[in-house]
Amino acid sequence: MKIIKLVLKNTLRHKLRSLLTAIGIAVAIFAFALLRTVIDAYFVGVEASSDTRLVTQNAVSLTFSLPLSYKEKIAKIPGVENICSGFWFGGTYIDQKNFFARFAIDPEPFLELYPEYVLPESERESFIKERNSCIVGRKLANKYGWEVGDTFRLIGDIFPGDWDFVVRGIYDGAIRAADETQMFFHWKYIDERLNQTSPGRSGQAGWYYIGISSPELAGEISEAIDSMFDNSVAETKTETEKQFQLSFVSMVSTIITAIRVISVVVIAIILLVLANTMAMTARERISEYAVLKTLGFRPKHLVGLIFGESSLIAIFGGILGILITLWMVPAFYGVLKQFNMEGFFPVFEISKTTFVFCAIAALAVGIIAALFPTLKAVQMKISDGLRQIG
Amino acid sequence: MKIPIMYNLRNLVARKVTTLLTVLGIGLVVFVFAAVLMLARGFRETLMSSGDPSNVIVLRKAATSEMSSSISRNQANILKTQPEVVVLDNGKPLVSGEVVVVNNLAKRSDGQTTNVTVRGVSQESLTLRSKVKIVEGRMLRAGTSEIITGKGAAEKFKGCGLGESVEMGNREWTVVGVFEAGGSSFESEIWGDVEQLMQAFRRPVFSTMTMKLKDPTQFASMKERIEKDPQLTVDVKREIDFYEEQSQNLGLFIQILGIFVTVVFSFGAMAGAVITMYSAVANRASEIGTLRALGFKRRNILASFMIECILISLIGGALGIFFASFLQFIDISTTNWQSFSEVVFGFNLSAGIIIGSLIFSVVMGLIGGLAPAVSAAKMQVVDALRAA
Repeated sequence: MKIIKLVLKNTLRHKLRSLLTAIGIAVAIFAFALLRTVIDAYFVGVEASSDTRLVTQNAVSLTFSLPLSYKEKIAKIPGVENICSGFWFGGTYIDQKNFFARFAIDPEPFLELYPEYVLPESERESFIKERNSCIVGRKLANKYGWEVGDTFRLIGDIFPGDWDFVVRGIYDGAIRAADETQMFFHWKYIDERLNQTSPGRSGQAGWYYIGISSPELAGEISEAIDSMFDNSVAETKTETEKQFQLSFVSMVSTIITAIRVISVVVIAIILLVLANTMAMTARERISEYAVLKTLGFRPKHLVGLIFGESSLIAIFGGILGILITLWMVPAFYGVLKQFNMEGFFPVFEISKTTFVFCAIAALAVGIIAALFPTLKAVQMKISDGLRQIG
Repeated sequence: MKIPIMYNLRNLVARKVTTLLTVLGIGLVVFVFAAVLMLARGFRETLMSSGDPSNVIVLRKAATSEMSSSISRNQANILKTQPEVVVLDNGKPLVSGEVVVVNNLAKRSDGQTTNVTVRGVSQESLTLRSKVKIVEGRMLRAGTSEIITGKGAAEKFKGCGLGESVEMGNREWTVVGVFEAGGSSFESEIWGDVEQLMQAFRRPVFSTMTMKLKDPTQFASMKERIEKDPQLTVDVKREIDFYEEQSQNLGLFIQILGIFVTVVFSFGAMAGAVITMYSAVANRASEIGTLRALGFKRRNILASFMIECILISLIGGALGIFFASFLQFIDISTTNWQSFSEVVFGFNLSAGIIIGSLIFSVVMGLIGGLAPAVSAAKMQVVDALRAA
C-alpha cells in the first residue's frame, strides 16, 4: 500500500515531465495504430473473400480476356454450382480523380455468389431486368449523392465511348469487410455494344467468378479447369478468391513491408523517450534510494517503485494514445478523401487486434524502460548512493 | 559577452546517456522523414525520367494508361506523316508504334507472380529514347523471337537475365541484351519486336505512338490539329506530362502517409527534447547561478541553452541523414496501379532533402528547447546558487 502511494507521489513530482513522457508515448502509440490500420485496409479484400468462390483468369495476366465458350465448359465440372462473368471496366467518371471500382457482371448469378451485398428485393428485380442499370455501394452513393433512379455517365477507356447508367439499387455490406465503394452493371450491356463497334472483342469475359459446393473441392476443381484449357489460345489460371485477392496485396508488398518497418521504428522511439525519462528520474533519486535502503527497504521495494512509476506513465500514455487514435484515424482518412484516394481503401477502420497490440506495446515499453535504472538502484552500494550528486 | 560554446559541448559529453538518447530520438525521426521524402522522390524521378522533353505520345482518346489505349494501323499511318515530326537520314519519320501488354512472370526473390510490362518496339524506339543504352549483349533483331530486358527486370524476374528465356504467348523468347535507361521505368520492362508480340498476344493494333518533334514549341499547334481531326480519336500528350500523370497516385499516397506519420513522430521527439532540456536546467541550477554571478546576462543564458538544444538536434539530424543515405543502395519494386505493372525504383537523396531534414531537426530542437531555456534565464541568482 505504501509503495503504491510512493509511486503515485513520485510520478507527480515532476508533473510536466511525466505528462510530456506520456504524450510522447501516446503519439507513438497513435502512429503505430495508424500504420496497422493502413495495413489492415490493404488486406480488406482478402478478409472479405469466401472459401467457396474461385476466380479463373487468363494465364497471361488479368488484362487479357477469356472466351465466353469457357463458361459452359466450366459449369459442367462436378462441384461447380454457379458461374458469372466479370470484367474490369476502368473508365473515368467526370475526371480521373473520381476513382472507384467498376465491374461488369451477370446480375443474377453474381448476387447469388455474393450474398454479403444486400439489396432490397424490389431493387434487385429492377436491376436484373434493366440492361443499362447498375447497383452501387452505400458509401459510393453517399459520396456522389446518388439515389435510385439517378443517371450518370462514364467515359470508357478499355471500352471506348460514352456509357450511360441508371442507378437501380444501392447495396449495403452484410460483413465489416464488404466493400461499399463499388459499382456493378450488366456485362451484356458492354458485350452488345462491342458486337456493333468492334466484333472481334465481343464474346469475352475478363474473368469468371465460380461458386463451388464445398471448400475441400477448391484444389481439385481449379486443376480440372486449368488442365481443360491447357495449350489452348487462352490458357487459364484458377485460384481461390483469397489467393486472387492476395495477389493484389502482394503487388504492393514492398510498401507494406516499409510500413511494417516504420511501425517497429515507432516503438523504438517511444522506448527511447521513456527510457530517457526513467534514467533521469533514477539518477536524480540515487541518494533517495540509498536512504530508503538505509531505512530497511528491500531491493524488491525499489524494483516496485521504479517499475511502478514507469508502467504508470506508460499506461497513461497508452490510454491517451488510444484516445488520439480514435480521433485522428478518421481525420487521416479525411485527408485521403480530400485527395480522392478513399477508393483505394474502401474499408478503413481500427481493428480490435490493433487496440490489443497498442496496449501490449505500451506495457512492454513501460517495463523495458525501467530495467536499466532498476538494476542500477538495486546493485548500488548505500555509501556510494549517499555520496552521489544528481 | 557570450558563454563559450565549449561549455555546451563539454556538458553534452558530461551527460552522455541522456544526450545520446535524445540524439537517437531525433535521429530516428529525421531518418524516417528523410526516407519518406527520398522514396516519393525516387518513385517520381523514375517515372518522370522516362519522358523526353521533345517526345510526344499519342494515345486513344480518354485512355488512362498505355494498356487501355489502342491506335489502329490506319491512324498510325496518318500520325506518321505529321509535318512536325523529325525525319531521319533514311527518309523515315522518327515515329514508333508500340504495343504494350502486361504479362505475369515470377519474381526471382519469392517466386510470386507479378505483372510485368512487355513492350513491342520498332528499330526507331532506341533512337527516340536517347537514355536507353544496351549494356550487355546486343539489340534484338526485327522479326525474331529475341527480346531485350531492362536492368531492373533482368535482376528481379525469372528468365529475364542475359541468355535466359521466358515463355510468353505460347512462345519462347530469348534475352539477347540488357539495357539501362537512366533509372527510368523502362528498366523494369521487357522489349520485343512489335510485330512478333502483336501476333503472340493477338493484339492486332498498336497501343501508343511515340514521335520526336523537330521543335518542341510546335507541340500546342500540333496537338490542337490532331485532336480535332475526325479520322483520329486520340489524345496527344508530352511524354513528360504523361509519365507524371502515371506517377501521381502512388507518389501522393507515399507522401501523405509519410508526412502524416513524421509530423506525429516529431511531437514525440520534441517531447523528448523538452524533457531532456528541463532536467538539464534543473540539474544545472547552481551552474546557472554561478554563470550569472560571474556577470553573464539572462540573454546569454537563454542563448547558451538554445545553442545546446540546436546542437543536440543537429547531431541527431546529421545522424538520421547519414543512415538514410545508405538507403540509396536499396531497390524497391512495387505495382503502380495506374499502369498495372511492376516498377523498380530506389530512394533518391537530394541536397533539398538534406537541407529540409536539417531544418526539420533544428525546428524540433528550437521548439523543444525554448521553454526550458526561458525558465533557465528567468532564475533568480540567489535561488539558483542555493539550489545545490
